[in-house]
Amino acid sequence: MRELSLNILDIAQNSIAAGASLTEIVVAENTREKTLLIGIYDNGKGMTEEQVRNVQDPFFTTRTTRKVGMGIPLFKMAAEQTGGSFTITSEVGVGTRVEARFKTDSIDFTPLGDMSSTITTIVCMNEDKDFIYIRSVDDEKFEFSSAEIKAILDGVPLSEPSVMSWVEGYITEHTEQLFKN
Amino acid sequence: MKSLEELLAIKQKAQAQIAARDADGKDGTRVVVGMATCGIAAGARPVLKALTEEIAKRDIKHVSVTQTGCIGMCQYEPIIEVFEPGKEKVTYVKMTAEKAVKVVTEHLVNGNPVIEYTVGAVTE
Ligand SMILES: Nc1ncnc2c1ncn2[C@@H]1O[C@H](COP(=O)(O)OP(=O)(O)O)[C@@H](O)[C@H]1O
Ligand SMILES: [Mg+2]
Repeated sequence: MRELSLNILDIAQNSIAAGASLTEIVVAENTREKTLLIGIYDNGKGMTEEQVRNVQDPFFTTRTTRKVGMGIPLFKMAAEQTGGSFTITSEVGVGTRVEARFKTDSIDFTPLGDMSSTITTIVCMNEDKDFIYIRSVDDEKFEFSSAEIKAILDGVPLSEPSVMSWVEGYITEHTEQLFKN
Repeated sequence: MKSLEELLAIKQKAQAQIAARDADGKDGTRVVVGMATCGIAAGARPVLKALTEEIAKRDIKHVSVTQTGCIGMCQYEPIIEVFEPGKEKVTYVKMTAEKAVKVVTEHLVNGNPVIEYTVGAVTE
């Protein structure tokens, strides 16, 4: 993927597919240590230990075993190629935690890209689910909660194009603010 | 900076539009964007964004945009499907943001599907 924000969009689809009612997405940048943490935490149906092992390995897929996708292996590779790390832990019936750590000064670091667009897509295309997005740069933090937005919208769908444009602008402006302080 | 008060105003306007839509009882058009790994890698996100922005800009009513998983033709992603009431589904393949804007103006506004972007034209 050309941007990590695209990996995040893809990984969050797994949480949605797993029936998570709440998914938390964390993007934490540490400019002093030159690290980036991306976490996707959900309360979906979870996976067994064996499933967790299998989904990390793209070569596990064969036509005779169950279909395993590329989403997780791609994200794992993006983190590990920077000298960072990747973990996925899961419990059946409880949820799944995906964490990727990046070294941002590595030449193999993929830029984060357009997170506003990713969060807008996730939040506005999945009205029936809740999402919390926590974006931080060192000690500055911005938190976006879909539940808070829905309370204001009072039944107007998040997928209304005018609402989507507002959500995207709101996230963009608040993220830019993190870098000004 | 954008505030939550601003969202309140957007909500009120949208509510009026929805009420008007409901009142004339017309079934809406659905535009569906494929958002599986293959679609996302090929550029589905900017396509979705271009669609919603153009629809918002032109204040088009009766059109909703939704996402779906893998449509099953990974090599033709990004794919969008247009479902108009009483008409056959139109499948657009290898979409870009620019092409998506054209689909909005030609197909959704003027009612003329953009044949050259459809799966039939591209796979011929
Ligand atoms: N958050 C999650 N909760 C439950 N199952 C998951 C989750 N993430 C991934 N999985 C399982 O791992 C599989 C592989 O995921 P992925 O690599 O993204 O490929 P794909 O989504 O195309 O199947 C999924 O199909 C699903 O069965
Ligand atoms: Mg996936």
